[in-house]
Amino acid sequence: MFERMQLLICGGTGCLSSHAMKIKEMFIETLKTMHLEDEVGIVMTGCFGLCERGPIIIVYPDETFYANVSMNDVKDICEEHILKGRPVKRLFVRNEKDRQQIAKFTQLDFYAKQKRIALRNCGQINPLDIDEYIAKSGYEALGQILSNNSPEEVIDTMIKSGLRGRGGGGFPTGLKWQFASRERGDQKYVICNADEGDPGAFMDRAILEGDPHSVLEAMAICGYAIGSTQGYIYVRAEYPVAVERLEHAIEQARAYNLLGKHIFNSDFSFDIDIRLGAGAFVCGEETALIRSIEGDRGMPKLKPPFPAVKGLWGKSTNVNNVETLANIPVIFLKGSDWFRSIGTEKSPGTKVFALGGKIKHTGLVEIPMGTTLREVIFDIGGGIPNKRQFKAVQTGGPSGGCITSEHLQTPIEFETLTALGSMMGSGGMIVMDEDNCMVDVARFYLDFTVDESCGKCTPCREGTRQMLDILNRICDGQGTLKDLDTLESLGQMIKKTSLCGLGQTAPNPVLSTLKHFREEYMAHVTNHVCPAGVCANLTNFHIDESCIGCTKCSKNCPVDAISGSPKQLHVIDSELCIRCGACKKACPVGAITSQPRIKELNHEQTS
Amino acid sequence: MKTLDELKILRESARQRMSMRSVKDGFRIQIGMGTCGIAAGARPIMNAFYEEIAAHGLSNVTIVQVGCMGNCALEPMVEIIDSHGKSHTYVSLKVSMVKEIVDMHLIQNQPIRKYILADRKEL
Repeated sequence: MFERMQLLICGGTGCLSSHAMKIKEMFIETLKTMHLEDEVGIVMTGCFGLCERGPIIIVYPDETFYANVSMNDVKDICEEHILKGRPVKRLFVRNEKDRQQIAKFTQLDFYAKQKRIALRNCGQINPLDIDEYIAKSGYEALGQILSNNSPEEVIDTMIKSGLRGRGGGGFPTGLKWQFASRERGDQKYVICNADEGDPGAFMDRAILEGDPHSVLEAMAICGYAIGSTQGYIYVRAEYPVAVERLEHAIEQARAYNLLGKHIFNSDFSFDIDIRLGAGAFVCGEETALIRSIEGDRGMPKLKPPFPAVKGLWGKSTNVNNVETLANIPVIFLKGSDWFRSIGTEKSPGTKVFALGGKIKHTGLVEIPMGTTLREVIFDIGGGIPNKRQFKAVQTGGPSGGCITSEHLQTPIEFETLTALGSMMGSGGMIVMDEDNCMVDVARFYLDFTVDESCGKCTPCREGTRQMLDILNRICDGQGTLKDLDTLESLGQMIKKTSLCGLGQTAPNPVLSTLKHFREEYMAHVTNHVCPAGVCANLTNFHIDESCIGCTKCSKNCPVDAISGSPKQLHVIDSELCIRCGACKKACPVGAITSQPRIKELNHEQTS
Repeated sequence: MKTLDELKILRESARQRMSMRSVKDGFRIQIGMGTCGIAAGARPIMNAFYEEIAAHGLSNVTIVQVGCMGNCALEPMVEIIDSHGKSHTYVSLKVSMVKEIVDMHLIQNQPIRKYILADRKEL
């Protein structure tokens, strides 16, 4: 019996946490009672990218795109769509621009400007079935290389492709391989760095969950190029789904002899093992990662010697990030010229970003390098929800900085983002709107790095703590103007004197917010007010004359602190107010702002 | 797996199972599967289309189910749309007619006029 329909259910961590697994089981059960189980195939795939609308289901051959599917919808989809061919329209999504309801996922604006290379198979194949990866030309690059190419030719192609490390450093991958290949030694190692730790970044997880074989194949290619027989994937234990699918993928690859001894009848042997990390941010740094695999505490050490010279157990080691590796098999199938034709001169190819924060389409997007920030945030991401204004976007996570609206036209490349005082980083992109207090944002990131500092160097261990104390003071209303100068000088000192990337970049969020949003810091320090209404001690909500008396604020106030009758100016009782900001969010005309207390007194005197 | 050729054989067989998921540009067959269509026997017709298309190894054909096509008295109905968007609607189908339609219309690109709604003579 031929399958006439296939249901692809997203099995990424995002959708799994909203019951995708239960939905899958319900489909199997319902189809069985309708005697359709042989006609309809059910495939659990990796992440589709539009995580905000999960759980997502795509029905082939119609390419119907269902979003926010719940267990209650399973029966409808089975009875209406699968049996009678009438798609369930209430589960369709709308495009942001024209609010048009769309049936097919190819019509979605979200995908229109994307180019999927690293994520090419995510959401397309069943990650638990190696055959589906092979159907997408999987392991063909490895097979061709082992039969036709020398290691030197492989490295040559990598250098020509111009692929740069996607973990954040942006170092040319081909050169990295060349360094490792030139080392002599009885044993070399290939390490896949899957220790993804940026708050809000999850592209590596999506690749490991959705297309684990592409990483295995790329590691084997790297092993052949540099002369290694053993690879390790260092992945954090907080990614249980990724670990499970990786283990499964390694088993399958071994069964097909795509890993193991004499792969494709050649002299090349290669095997991969998984090493679990406990989830320390610093272990994303390659020397700390290597220490952790060896069984020591994850602490970075001085470079040089680089891992290519003296890495794991003192042997030459090549470390690549997950997303970098996922690009590699395609580069060999389609050629380095093809890869260079995408993206920009200095940064060829694509980059995956995890969109988060105040944005409509939270999720994973892969765009060609050179795409502008505006296109990513407004065209693909759908812009800011609740009619709020864009304020800034933080790229590079706790190592990066914020970029303001005047720089939204900047094309995304390694160099351009660094020039703006931020960085590419691993690809977190957190969007902030007018309701975000930038001092509080800087404090959030610094709080993270204080926790994650390994403690080896004093500037990072003590310096970031001092900076955090100052920020806490400012947010509590105890800050002084001198604190701002101290923050700047401390930040510069930590950047200059820390050993590893964590310390060298930890002050970036503070320094860049100080640069772009100094007036907000000043408001905290001199006027004792938090303009965004986030820092509780400095928030004093006030309703101005533009109030239309719609009563939405008083209805949303949890403590009944707002009085006023319909179509009249409303008033907030600041004694009762708990500074939750619910009224500000509810106000349709933006009449509620956080104002300095003194100004309010003046206001009362004059009126 | 020992050779690249073995890999390619495996790839082709796996691709066949997944062919549905690739975007096709050839014929689109829409089968009316409203209550009327199902009652009139659209399900065996649909299965016959699947079998015939698989037997001929046609890769550019998409079969989809649609709802009631309106002319319930003439179900089972099937609309075949070619890559230029030209549409032919076959009505009162029987399983035996499916083989003919696949041979003539899909392979030789010659619609069978006597079965088509607009051209058929009233019985």
